[in-house]
Amino acid sequence: MKKVLTGNQAVAHGVLLSRAEVISAYPITPQTTIVENLAELCADGILEAKFLRVESEHSALASIIGASMVGARTFTATSSQGLALMHEMLHWAAGSRLPIVMANVNRALGAPWNIWNDQTDSLSQRDTGWIQLYCENNQEVLDTVIQAYMIAEEVYIPVMVVLDAFFLSHTSEPVEIPEGGEVDKFLPKYHARYKCDVNDPHSFNLMVSPEYYQEFRYKIQYAMEEAKKVAKRVDDLFAKSFGRGYGPIEGHLCDDAEVILVTTGTVTSTSRGTIARMRERGVKVGLLKIKMFRPFPREEVKEALRGAQKVAVIDRNISFGCGGIFGHEIKATLCDEEKRPQVFDFVTGLGGRDVTPSLITEIIEYTCQNERPEGEIIWAGMRG
Amino acid sequence: MKEVTKLIHKYLRHDKKFPHVSCPGCGNGIILGALIRAIDRIGFAKDEIVLISGIGCSGRMPVYVDFNTLHTTHGRALTFATGIKLAKPELTVIVFMGDGDATAIGGNHFIHAARRNVDVSAIIFNNNIYGMTGGQFSPTTPYGMKATTAPYWHIEHAFKIAELAVTAGAVFVGRETVYNAKGLDALIEKALLKKGFSVVETITHCHIQYGRYNRLGTAVDMLKWQRDNSIPVEKAQKLSSEELEGKIITGVLVDRELPIYQHEYDRIRERAREIAV
Repeated sequence: MKKVLTGNQAVAHGVLLSRAEVISAYPITPQTTIVENLAELCADGILEAKFLRVESEHSALASIIGASMVGARTFTATSSQGLALMHEMLHWAAGSRLPIVMANVNRALGAPWNIWNDQTDSLSQRDTGWIQLYCENNQEVLDTVIQAYMIAEEVYIPVMVVLDAFFLSHTSEPVEIPEGGEVDKFLPKYHARYKCDVNDPHSFNLMVSPEYYQEFRYKIQYAMEEAKKVAKRVDDLFAKSFGRGYGPIEGHLCDDAEVILVTTGTVTSTSRGTIARMRERGVKVGLLKIKMFRPFPREEVKEALRGAQKVAVIDRNISFGCGGIFGHEIKATLCDEEKRPQVFDFVTGLGGRDVTPSLITEIIEYTCQNERPEGEIIWAGMRG
Repeated sequence: MKEVTKLIHKYLRHDKKFPHVSCPGCGNGIILGALIRAIDRIGFAKDEIVLISGIGCSGRMPVYVDFNTLHTTHGRALTFATGIKLAKPELTVIVFMGDGDATAIGGNHFIHAARRNVDVSAIIFNNNIYGMTGGQFSPTTPYGMKATTAPYWHIEHAFKIAELAVTAGAVFVGRETVYNAKGLDALIEKALLKKGFSVVETITHCHIQYGRYNRLGTAVDMLKWQRDNSIPVEKAQKLSSEELEGKIITGVLVDRELPIYQHEYDRIRERAREIAV
């Protein structure tokens, strides 16, 4: 069934089809309509889940950590300051190896206040042990939520599904909604391998001495590496069942490209059109969309960029004192390649500033015309 | 221009920050106006005042006034205020918070600020809902009412903010409605002059979110409801709890003397110096 849905409605539909059992959240713009939708679905009994509206984002994640520890399929959603407030619990969820799924609507962090699109909120949580999947459109949002549960419940690593503020969260698009029965076949009921259970008691998260702690960390990293394979398998299975697949990355016109543009989120859609027009003008440019940021799909990225002379990364984020976060991941990934393309890292679109086709054209032209970038960061779309 | 408008213009950043974001008919402007009138009567200089807010519709208010202003994070305004007051005790520190801001995400800070008795005034805008994010229930949404996250009815029970502040140890606690704007500015004046942690719970209306979901009518209807359901505290003392059910008890609930944090801190330092000598 096809319906016109906003990104936030697509998240709610994904959660409904995945039959989450406990949902907990706190209002924050622009995430709020996700939980409003879910609150209504729960109250109407369409989704047989317990809905909890707690007193802060920290409590939202803490309460679903509790629910997940007794074996429930859980969900929360947040954005920006809310995600920052969850920081302690993000580590706790991953360390507890709980297959929680959350949606984060990418919004700029304060100060100063800003409610618009920017990726720094989720990217700055990159070391918390969560899988992070960035979506390009509302269809991908819905499909990714369903896939996220399957990945999380196989590797016992929580998953963050990320969508752009307003460009997706509040923008309506036609979305194919899979039939509930089909999703049930794809994603069976969750049975926790370990849980708090009176008939089979366990202790969780007690103090671990230096003799053991490091191995717990090793196991998370091991599970992250496994998650790459699992995500690929889940995506293939999803494509077989529903006819749509995404992959951890997507290369578009990369084979003969001299310059490859690297994008995430909605900038990818804008770039598709720009690249088509530049190809018509004879510019040999390709596009690499990165969907999976953690675990970082190193091998796939290397493979896709092999053969390119230059790589232009669009970073709608910044790690102060360092540079664009995707840019640095790409540079680190390419460092042991025999023949390395020159990486140009463009920081732009912060706090909701538009990344327009003409700006993307400028970025590609700059990359074509210059041997090397003028610095670690090239600030694009600055006020004059 | 009327005198009252002239007075308010003296304090507003009217050439920079307007139009404001409040919905037509909102009660927040009445609270801001009451604060301005109280400050003007006391005669504080603009630069002696620090007005701090958190997040939500109340969070926007400091943007519009020509004091030292801080728009802080959700629920944390009182913690910023505590730091300011300790570093610069000569400043008059006033905090604006909403019901969700003060008693949900910032609930912990609220009770501890009251217990600690730092010389700060907290003015709480209680409109029974998260207005700015679209009408989700808050800790003061009454049982049985509707919100976007409670489409049938709300199953939790509401905090009584003023009573909570009394129990937590605030030295001055009052409650007033925006309907009684003059009563409100008199109450705020008392709160600002009181040394120690003072709280004014302001009952305001959100006809756009709370009112609409619960069919409470227009802003005017909701103001009339405030008028018809307010009982001054002196009168309330003679009534039974059944008679007070659903009523708004207004006026000064508590006005007492307790040791103020800064004074206690100074005493400790004095004593420590004596011993050191």
